Amino acid sequence: MPPFSTKTDKPKDAKKAVRRLLKYIWRYKLLAVVSILLSVLSNVFALIGPSLSGKAIDVIAKGSGRVDFSKVFYYAGLMLIFYVASAVMTYILSSLMIVMGRRISNHMRKEVFEKMTRLPVGYYDVNQTGDIISRVSYDIDVINTSLSTDVVQIASSFITVLCSLGMMIYISPKLVISVFITLPLSIIYTGYMTRKTRPLFSKRSRKYGSLNGFSEEMFSGHKTIQAYAHEKGVIRDFDKINTEAADAFFDADYYGTIIGPSVGCINNLSLALVAMSGAVFYLYNLVTIGQISSFVLYSRKFSGPVNEIANMYNEILSALAAGERVFRLLDEEEETPDVPDAIEFHDIRGSVCVKNVTFGYDKTKPVLKNMNVEAAPGSITAIVGETGAGKTTIINLLMRFYDTDGGRIEIDGVDIRKIKREDLRRAYTMVLQDTWVFKGTIRDNIAYAKENATFDEVVSAAKAARIHSYIMSLPNGYDTVISEDGGNISKGQKQLITIARAMLVDSNMLILDEATSNVDTRTEKEIQKAMFALMKGKTCFVIAHRLSTIRNADCILVIDKGALRESGTHKELIEKKGIYYRMYMSQWL
Amino acid sequence: MKLILKYMKPYKVRITLTMILKFVAVILELMIPYTLEYMIDTAAPKKQVALVIVLGVVMILLAYFGRLCNVKANRMATHTARDGIHTLRDDLFRKTIYLCGAEFDRISLPSLISRMTSDSYNVQSFIGMIQRIGVRAPIILIGGLAVAWTMDYHLALVLLCVIPVMASVTILVSFKGIRVFRGVQEKLDGVVRILRENITGMRIIRALSKSEYEKRRFNKANEEYTRADIKAGMLMAAPHPIMNLFLNAGLTLIIIIGAYRVNGGEMLPGVILAFLTYFNMILQAVMGINRIFMQYSKAGASADRIALVLASREDVRETTDTEYPDKDVILEFDNVSFSYGDNAKESIKDISFKIRKGESLGIIGSTGCGKTTIINLALAFYNPDAGAIRIYGKDIRDISLHDIRNRFGVVFQNDTIFNDTIYENISFGRNVSMDRVKLAADTAMLSSYIDTLDDGYDYVAAIKGMNLSGGQRQRLLIARALAREPDILVFDDSSSALDYKTDAAIRSNIENNYKGTTRITIAQRISSVKDMSHIIVMEEGRIISQGTHDMLIDTCDVYKDIYMSQMGAFD
Repeated sequence: MPPFSTKTDKPKDAKKAVRRLLKYIWRYKLLAVVSILLSVLSNVFALIGPSLSGKAIDVIAKGSGRVDFSKVFYYAGLMLIFYVASAVMTYILSSLMIVMGRRISNHMRKEVFEKMTRLPVGYYDVNQTGDIISRVSYDIDVINTSLSTDVVQIASSFITVLCSLGMMIYISPKLVISVFITLPLSIIYTGYMTRKTRPLFSKRSRKYGSLNGFSEEMFSGHKTIQAYAHEKGVIRDFDKINTEAADAFFDADYYGTIIGPSVGCINNLSLALVAMSGAVFYLYNLVTIGQISSFVLYSRKFSGPVNEIANMYNEILSALAAGERVFRLLDEEEETPDVPDAIEFHDIRGSVCVKNVTFGYDKTKPVLKNMNVEAAPGSITAIVGETGAGKTTIINLLMRFYDTDGGRIEIDGVDIRKIKREDLRRAYTMVLQDTWVFKGTIRDNIAYAKENATFDEVVSAAKAARIHSYIMSLPNGYDTVISEDGGNISKGQKQLITIARAMLVDSNMLILDEATSNVDTRTEKEIQKAMFALMKGKTCFVIAHRLSTIRNADCILVIDKGALRESGTHKELIEKKGIYYRMYMSQWL
Repeated sequence: MKLILKYMKPYKVRITLTMILKFVAVILELMIPYTLEYMIDTAAPKKQVALVIVLGVVMILLAYFGRLCNVKANRMATHTARDGIHTLRDDLFRKTIYLCGAEFDRISLPSLISRMTSDSYNVQSFIGMIQRIGVRAPIILIGGLAVAWTMDYHLALVLLCVIPVMASVTILVSFKGIRVFRGVQEKLDGVVRILRENITGMRIIRALSKSEYEKRRFNKANEEYTRADIKAGMLMAAPHPIMNLFLNAGLTLIIIIGAYRVNGGEMLPGVILAFLTYFNMILQAVMGINRIFMQYSKAGASADRIALVLASREDVRETTDTEYPDKDVILEFDNVSFSYGDNAKESIKDISFKIRKGESLGIIGSTGCGKTTIINLALAFYNPDAGAIRIYGKDIRDISLHDIRNRFGVVFQNDTIFNDTIYENISFGRNVSMDRVKLAADTAMLSSYIDTLDDGYDYVAAIKGMNLSGGQRQRLLIARALAREPDILVFDDSSSALDYKTDAAIRSNIENNYKGTTRITIAQRISSVKDMSHIIVMEEGRIISQGTHDMLIDTCDVYKDIYMSQMGAFD
């Protein structure tokens, strides 16, 4: 098994995750700064409104019969204008935050996807599809929820706190002392709770990941589960995972929701202290009543944002945990990048030389040992052998899905590690055993191999693959939408579509991995003809269990137990009466 | 909403308790400023130090008990959310697993996955959130209004007039929101689908160097999702400032009306001032309620998507009668026709055949001729549009799904290996004894491979069996099908990854080790079906001929062609 980290329990450095998340916001710094300014401004507006109404009330306060209505209307008019402005501003602010949050998560999804295209294919063999999807949908969504609103709110709260603190010091430095008792208290408390709850949130994210992974695996195997009436067992297993996920949610959220009320309590404590000390100071004539009341007002303004931040705590912690999972994927080791001076490789003649190659998915257990193969341009090399003998592995190495552990592979005399990977892969046409179609029309699925393929090209490829008449029998013809999981297209039909797709590729080398195994032999023979035309002049590697399909090969490689046992033409190998001879004869059993 | 209520209902006692605690907590919190006011306005000016201290202590106690109630209430709320969502997810999973083929196809796999994950998460957040803030806001709103009413009902009337307007804005937007969010979730399905396609097709995509194209395709879906999400967000953000504006306009109106009333001597100016204080409280409460509604839009859309799965058709059969009238005819298709989906082309038409005890059935025909459909119908994944299918003479619509499927051991095309031990993959939850698992593995020619493994039958197959070769996977699947000694053994093109030698060896092993089993083999190779006692030749959904190998060679040109083409290859 390739060494991929499927799970790492160690909660990493929180600061690092925060810093990385902030970097994403930095990309939208203009938006962020405007948002923060707007939100500070709206805080200021929050003070103007009441002051206007206060002035209006002052006018009214003159008592019955003495109210100056022109002034009342003047202030009322101003208030109205101000409120409209404030509403517009609030809307702009929240729109900005929404756009920023969604854009950031859009960017993250894009990054994750791009990363996915660079990960070694083996990564997907050991990581659950559902878990990867969970990172893109659930985790990034959690980050999005928190990132956009919380960051702006925290920033503006911070400014409000500083201003209030300044006002408080200005009013009465003595009273501020009480705040300096409770403020560190809340900081220490939140710090303590953070350390305690962060691992819980990481666990929560992880458990959701495995819940999603399990669901994906089971839903994909839906039919098999039903056929074996294994529903109950699967449901039982799910219940276990579900319980774990629910418990992880509870643990994290329970601790998370303690923080809000607790910080609120500390704030109230501070209020009580301010009031008490204020009253006592007042008794000694150190402050006036007016000072106390405005001090209280500001200390409320002060504690409000602190409270809000505390209440956002859950979201922030969730976002951090989710961020870590996303970053872990982004930090996963990639396919070894092209060497800096990688060669652009065009006009390949197609001579392939496998020299002394040793390889194992697990380095201690090599599946190929000291293998040597030589294929001249335009030759057909057939690879045969028992199942599990290592035939697919050869393809993995030729295409450089994996790098060899020992020895090397050369094309036209150039070590493939020195060739740009994209050029190398483009040099091959590949038809794999696992058929793959995506949701889209049949036409798009065939045209997939060639950008800007004309409809005529698609049709002739389909004709060559003997799927044209089937396609035409469908009500929507080439515009029929197919999908990987759809019920009405069989594996054989998918196989034919992938063959048609391969027909469109223009390359010098061809890899067929049991390409025609799902097509009935009658059709297969027809396809053979088309294939031979396609193969003409190309260096071909054909993996097939059907000896009949490879009898025309220039060279047959017989692989057994991870090593090349025999090689030669059909005739030579038959005469040799070795492994190949026995395999060939067994067809008639 | 019905769904959410349904899943919260079992916890109504706990929810009531949560609400009461929240209520107490709100009252306690509201008493703090009141105490403060009393301390500053009354106690301090009278220079009563002892009273000031006592009041201070009272405030601290209030704060402490307020926290206590809040924490306790939050804990219970989280507990309810945990239990509710646990049950919901269990139910959703159960339902999805039991979903019949047609419904499964209709909703589609990626969408089912995101309903299970993203949608259930949205509902969960809502259940937690509504309990935490759903009490405070209404209490303050009602309390604030009540106090305002006692102060001056003329002014309070203004507020009361504004509130229905605001309520209708909130409700309108949140209902529109449900629709909008449903669209957002559908876009998310698209993102999930492309992700899945890329993960499953990674090798092909890289081989064709289509990574750039896939990036563009993903970006498009990503962009669509983001756009829809932004649009939804913008819509949801609108009620907040609108309501703020309405309330504040109401406030302005109050000042003007207040001015007239004060001028007329009907009211004191101080009342307006007090009114403003309560007004702020009401404003906060209204905003809180608005937030609940906006959150509800998202959760409501998700709940609808989940409810749709939960409400979908399940294939339940009446199974009172356990008598099988005809012990001799194992499986019979009587004029069966079927098409996938309403507008699709008929997949099979007028299919009739019988398999008697001791017989075996081979089905051969070109790709797409409907061979697999026969199996899908026999196992009751789908119900036929016309005709009847019988097992031992009994219509399968009168047999429970469990009984039908227990008679079969099937290897499908694209069958699934689960991330579990070899033993579990063979036994597959049926508690098959080790001896029978071993026999099955022997028969499927898998045991020699298992013997080379250090962990033997405890060796864990990787996701989708990726640590096994194609041939090993196929043998494992065959062993799974054999393990419970089924009445009917179905191989749907199950030897495609096997070489002839292995294929033939497995066939003769089955004949020796599983004598009582009736075999159905769908194949492309004549050699896989030619020993069958009964062979069906299919073309374009119809049976064009049936009989034994020798008979078909003589009478059926298509069969003969296939035979010749396969034999001819060895000339």
